[in-house]
Amino acid sequence: MRYTALSTSRSSFRLLAIVLLAFGVAAAQSPTYKLGRTPTDTEIRAWDHAVGPDGKELPAGSGSAVEGAKIYATKCSFCHGKNAEGIFPFPRLAGGVGTYNTPNPIRSSAAYLPFATTIWDFINRAMPREAEGTLNPDEIYALTAFILFKNGTIKETDVLDRKTLPEIVMPNRYGFFPDTPQSEPDKDRGWLPYWNQVPIKKDAKPASSERAPAAQ
Amino acid sequence: MNSNNPDRRGFLKRSAALAGLAVGAIPFAKGKAHAAEIQMPDDPTIEDLSYGARSRYETTNRVHSVGALNANGLRNLTPLQDTMGVITPAALHFLVLREQHLPNIDPREHTLLIHGMVDRPLIFTMEELHRLPSVSRIHFLECTGNSGLMHYKSYLADKKRSPELTKDIHIIQALHGRTSCSEWTGVPLSLLLQEAGVQKGAKWIVAEGNDTEHHAKSMPLEKCLDDVIVAYGQNGEALRREQGYPLRLIVPGWQGVNNVKYLRNIKVVDKPYYFQSETSAYTNLRPDGKATIYESQVGPKSLITFPCDAHHLKEPGYYQITGLAWCGRGAISRVEVSTDNGKTWKDAVLQTPVFRKAHTRFRFDWHWNGSETVIMSRCTNEFGDIQPTMLELAQLWGNNREPHLSGEAVERFWESANISEFLNNPIQLWKIGQDGSVTDALYSTFNVKV
Repeated sequence: MRYTALSTSRSSFRLLAIVLLAFGVAAAQSPTYKLGRTPTDTEIRAWDHAVGPDGKELPAGSGSAVEGAKIYATKCSFCHGKNAEGIFPFPRLAGGVGTYNTPNPIRSSAAYLPFATTIWDFINRAMPREAEGTLNPDEIYALTAFILFKNGTIKETDVLDRKTLPEIVMPNRYGFFPDTPQSEPDKDRGWLPYWNQVPIKKDAKPASSERAPAAQ
Repeated sequence: MNSNNPDRRGFLKRSAALAGLAVGAIPFAKGKAHAAEIQMPDDPTIEDLSYGARSRYETTNRVHSVGALNANGLRNLTPLQDTMGVITPAALHFLVLREQHLPNIDPREHTLLIHGMVDRPLIFTMEELHRLPSVSRIHFLECTGNSGLMHYKSYLADKKRSPELTKDIHIIQALHGRTSCSEWTGVPLSLLLQEAGVQKGAKWIVAEGNDTEHHAKSMPLEKCLDDVIVAYGQNGEALRREQGYPLRLIVPGWQGVNNVKYLRNIKVVDKPYYFQSETSAYTNLRPDGKATIYESQVGPKSLITFPCDAHHLKEPGYYQITGLAWCGRGAISRVEVSTDNGKTWKDAVLQTPVFRKAHTRFRFDWHWNGSETVIMSRCTNEFGDIQPTMLELAQLWGNNREPHLSGEAVERFWESANISEFLNNPIQLWKIGQDGSVTDALYSTFNVKV
């Protein structure tokens, strides 16, 4: 008679299940499909440029608003105006602090930010338009310094580098809600926002869910 | 940063267009008439039939987002007034590109890198991604600013400036057309992350596209492990270029900006990165001067798409009212319609199956007696969350934290807060005139100046 799983005893089947379960736990931590290859360091570095608030990805280099002013005049002012005031529809970069709770808030691109690293990241990522990726780290530090100087956040001679840039406390640092972004869904309301729906009233009729069973 | 190949030939042309715009010229389009009509010739050859085209009698099109906002990218809006069922054809799916270039990526050269807080950094070719287990799911996408007052102002400004060019552009499309729904095919992001082995302490990811501005977005790992798809297919074929060909993220139920196109890079990290696209843009300023950040989930929303301001009722009699409802959380379980300006509400019939985080078509029998009235719809999701009226929405927005503000005060604030990139989901009102005309009865009631 051919051997089949059905011919095994009940207890050995249970043992097999335990072994599979243990293997399943181990499998969750190791790759299942083994597709894709290990990238080279160069391949990772080429795409490891996103800069977060702690600035740990910032490269070496430095610059102040003094150098920044010259670069700004030739590469940025055409769209953003001589003094970072913006030329409609291109955004204003500096100013507006103190207007956020008024009927006509001025939400400029830089002043409104919670962290100064965002300025560096965005210039590096996307500016200037049509010539993205052409500025070197010194130029980006200098332009960031110029914008922050125009915003009144730093002095004209302050030098920004990978250490000093993340240390800047932006004027609107605590202007955002929630202070700690939600990294897990709320058990009752899901993910933000949950302000834009009418709260369930106690006397409300239940939704007729039998009408439409959800698929997927 | 120059790992892509921007189309430098277009440089001068676009710069000229932008320079023109800066001094007040109108670079946008000539409304419907401008579009290259892709139609079946009258006497098609066998080659003409190898990739289909519609009848030349069918002319519904995406229209350009009009106005100065166009300077910041390419935008085309779905003609919701002509949609049927729940699937938007890829050719009519809305698009918002935050830049001037439409990337043209060779899939043989495109890869997806996964690195950061993982045990095994991995790089996948498109061929490898196609080999992995796939899923197909139906989900809507919606731009954060859809139905926003910012777009209403822009619409009014263009109507005023160029009445001829904009005569075929309607509220239903110009204001609400930044939402569409497709069947998306791809690999669950959770599978790719499991292959790479997420390390302890990881809480967020950074996703980045290979477009010229390298659009980047942080999102919580928990969401990525739940239902996010790394998609290469849309409605049974490869993604269109304007939809992120060859690879994009689909983040079900979350505002459009999260759905990174031309997906090239995923870094697993321990906290959000506060990119430009999630700080200086896509945050909402509250009346108290604080702004909400990392908002994601689209609220319950519905809209009557027939009849709407793109239509005219020829005579009294039978009409089927139809429209779309959707929600970023769960499935739509109920849509109610009022044909008497909100005095009474009756249940509409939902098209089944109803998919979670997807457009849901509703239908409602109506005999129009020829008198003036206002029609509207409101939806409820499976958790009982109900779509608000505009006033309720304004009150919810302001009163949660500013209880001393009256509804009117919040409403006035709302009118002025045109720079917020709201997730607008108010009940849309359509006024039916005695002459059969259909007009907006919501936005036009606000005192908006252009």
